[in-house]
This record gives sequence, C-alpha cells and structure tokens, in this order.
Amino acid sequence: MLRLRNVDAGYGALTVLRRVSLHVNPGEIVTIVGANGAGKTTLLRTVAGLVRARGGELVFAGAAVTRLRTERIVALGCSLVPEGRQVFAPMEVRENLLLGAHVQYARGRKDEVARDLERVYGLFPVLAQRARQLAGTLSGGEQQMLAIGRALMARPKLVMLDEPSMGLAPLVVKDIFGIVKRISEEGTTVLLVEQNARSALQIATRGYVLETGRIVLQGTAEELLSNRDVQRAYLGSDLDAENRVAT
Amino acid sequence: MQLELVLQYLVAGLTYGTIYAVVGVGFNIIYNTTGIINFAQGEFVMLGGMTAVTLHRFVPLPLAIAGAVAVTMAAGALVEATCIRWLEKPSVLRMIIITIGVSILIRELALVSWGESVRALPYFTGNEVSSLTLGGVHVSPQVLWSLATCVLIVVFLWFFFQHTSLGRQMRACAANRDAAALCGIATKNLVTLSFVLSAGIGALAGCVVSPITYTAYNIGTGLAIKGFTVAILGGLGSSMGAVGAGFLVGVLEAFSVSLMPAAYKDAISVAVLLAILFLRPSGLFGSGAAARLKTA
Repeated sequence: MLRLRNVDAGYGALTVLRRVSLHVNPGEIVTIVGANGAGKTTLLRTVAGLVRARGGELVFAGAAVTRLRTERIVALGCSLVPEGRQVFAPMEVRENLLLGAHVQYARGRKDEVARDLERVYGLFPVLAQRARQLAGTLSGGEQQMLAIGRALMARPKLVMLDEPSMGLAPLVVKDIFGIVKRISEEGTTVLLVEQNARSALQIATRGYVLETGRIVLQGTAEELLSNRDVQRAYLGSDLDAENRVAT
Repeated sequence: MQLELVLQYLVAGLTYGTIYAVVGVGFNIIYNTTGIINFAQGEFVMLGGMTAVTLHRFVPLPLAIAGAVAVTMAAGALVEATCIRWLEKPSVLRMIIITIGVSILIRELALVSWGESVRALPYFTGNEVSSLTLGGVHVSPQVLWSLATCVLIVVFLWFFFQHTSLGRQMRACAANRDAAALCGIATKNLVTLSFVLSAGIGALAGCVVSPITYTAYNIGTGLAIKGFTVAILGGLGSSMGAVGAGFLVGVLEAFSVSLMPAAYKDAISVAVLLAILFLRPSGLFGSGAAARLKTA
C-alpha cells in the first residue's frame, strides 16, 4: 500500500528524517512510536506532500508520489488526520465533513457522499448532534472525531493519524483507539503515530521505532511490546525496580 | 444645517462610500485566502474604469463594461501567476512589498498607455444634470446605479461564499490552508481565483462610479489607502463590515467638507485609520471571538 525507501526530509537547514524506509501492507494497522522531536510528524507530513522529501522514494498504491502535491496524493486515497486536529474552526461541523468529501465530488462519486456522511455520523453520533455548530466551539475530543470523520469522507485507502490522543481525557482516548480499530476492521489501512505507545501497540499489527529521524527497530506489535528497550524507553516500565526484586 | 443639505451630503457620502466599500471587500477576499493585503487593489479599480472608457469608443456601454471587467480579471490572474504563485511560503512582509511594487508597475503602464488625462464613462441613464428628487434631495441616477451595483456585489459574494462548493472551498482555505490541501483542495488555484474575483468586482465598481468620480491613471493609490482603512475599520476579513465601514468613511468625508476646507478630506480617512489602529485594531464590527476562532 505504502512504501518509503531511504527518505530524507527536513525544514530549511534542518534535516529531520534520515534514510527512513518502511512499508504498510493493505489491511494493517502500523504504528510509529518515538519520543518528542524524533520526526514522527515530519514523516507523516512528508508522505502527505506537505513537506518535500529531499531524497529517497515514496510509493503509494503503486504510484510514485515523491513529487506530487498534497491534493493529488489525497485524491489517490491517502488521507492525513493532522496533529492538533486542524478542523475548519469558523465553519459548521457538517461543512467540515462535506469539505472532506471534496475528492469524492472530483471523482464523480457525488451520490456516495450522503451515505458516507451517515456512516461518519454512525461512528461519531456526537457529530450528528452538533452538525450545525461551528467546529471551533467543539471540545478537543469532538474536534478529533471531526478531524477523523473529515478524513474518512474522502474514502481513503490509507488513513494516517498524527497523535490522535494528544491532550484528551483518558476515557476519550479509549474511545478514539476503539474507533481506529473499527476503521481498520471496516477495511481501511491505518498508519498511526502516537506518544501513547502502549495503547497504539495494543491495536497495531506492526510497529516501527523512530529515534532522531532514523528507524532503529521494527517488528510485530507483540515483539515490540515485549522488547526490553522499547519497554524502558516508551512504555514506562521501571526495569531497574524489576531487577532489584528479582535479585 | 438644513435637513435637505444634510441629506445631500449623505447622498454624496454614500456615492464615495460605494467605491470604498467595494475596494475594502476586494482587500478582504484576497486577505481571507492568502493572509496578504494586496495594495494593487486600487489599481484594479483604475484599470476597470480606464479600459471601459477605451472600449466604449468601439462598442456599446454594457459590452465595454463587461469587456473591462474581463480584462481586469485577466490582469488579476496575471499578477497572481507571475508574482505570487511561485513563492513557497513567503513572509507576509515580502508579499506586501510585492503588491506595492505591482501597483507601481500597473500605474506606470497606465500612464504610458493612457497619459495623464482624466476620463469618465458617460452616465448610464440621463446625463450630468438629470436628477431624481427623493424627499427633497436631488440624486443623480448614477448614484442609484452605484448603490445598486454595490448591493448586487455583496449579495453575489454572500451567495458565492455561503452556498457554492467553490465558495466553501475558499472559506476552508482561509480558515486553514494545510487542512484544505489535506481535503484534496487545490489551494493554489483558489488563490488565483481570489485575485480574479477581487479584480473583477474592483473593475465593475470602477466602471459604475467613473461618471461621478472620474478616473485617471493615478487614482489607485488613494483608493488603496481608503479601501485599507475601510477593511480595517470593518474588521479585516469581514465583507459586511467593510461595506458598513465604507459608507461610514464616505459619509464622514462628505460631512467634513462642510466643516473644513475640502483639501482636508483625505486626511479624515487617514486619521480614522490611525485612530482605529490605536484604539480598536479588531475593527468596529470585528468581534474578538471571531478573530480567535480564525487563528485557532
């Protein structure tokens, strides 16, 4: 579905990603874990074409997308739910969702939009209740749901989520992860970037560990969850304490 | 002051207010999609009026106006394509300086091609002396043409932005450009469209008011300052605010003539601009809450 080969990217004089290679197979939930500033957001923005890759190659659904503009990549079926939600604050919830369906109109699939809208309202009943409210007046969790719903309106093959749990209450976080799982079960491939590595790995099929712009580890979700380095660095396990108990 | 005189000043103020309002609205359209103030906005008004006068030598008035609007729209697209489009994330200051440069360029080109003479289109109906009497006030029919055009432009823009897919895309682009691109919207084309749109309405207004206010190669700068005042006064980004502020500034100027020498007329709008910038930068009609939502 998606393949990155030796991708370099950055801003100005700053190089953030160094020779990153990874792939996402159809139907998978792949997660990228890493500390703040490791380059997780830059990685997703590079795939979406918001940041230009300086080297390497990006292939999505069999097409080379390295040099394509964002709107073309989205039209191919690769949607990003950006960090910090980025809803259209001064516009109604419903308008936000219809804007998400822009590529569907462009594909001439206008008749599917109404059904997709019902599907999103089904996933997020709260959005149906707030359909006429301005997006900027929603709570953080509701805005995150709207951002995900907006991306789904494009009928993507792959949806990339950037820190969907950031700044949300634990119960809402649980909801969001449940929704991500459901989206995957309904047939959309997911690439998930999360600080909350444990929750992400629990729903993921595979994962990559990104450290200062490089992929340092990869494996199935179970492998990563049981890896001692990952546990120490990203899952908050206090291994020293465990060792003391053992001896 | 007698009531008739007050009303007479009011009508004069509304006439000038029309063009200020339309220039202010033009500023807003481009500001909303790009975040820049296009100081060549006044030149679009000039270009519209001057082109229409030239075309009117060969074709009937309605055709001349339609032609002038089309030519100015093309000029707007050309300005965007040559000066704005290829810049990758330029700073606001750089964009402003570019538009000032463009306005100087257009003005000089107009001087070379049309010379310094002052021109005007003929009155659409009647002539210089014909007037309608409304409530004891003499109103030139051209004033009614101007007001009607202004209303038409505002209604058209309202419908366009609220009820068409393209208008909705432009509002999305204004609210969050990256997010608009992530919806698959071709944001660069919308920036071009915003230049075309504001050039078009500027040109239309330039044609309609030219019989009363006259037009010459150098009217753009003054209009840009007035239009900018109006856009700020009405709350940057708000078209309805700009229309209200346009009429307010026009009326203020008209009444100032009765109290002060006419030479101070332009100083009034600059004084208003400074006062607003010092006292209420969000504008008279701009609400703080809306501004926060915008930047959120």
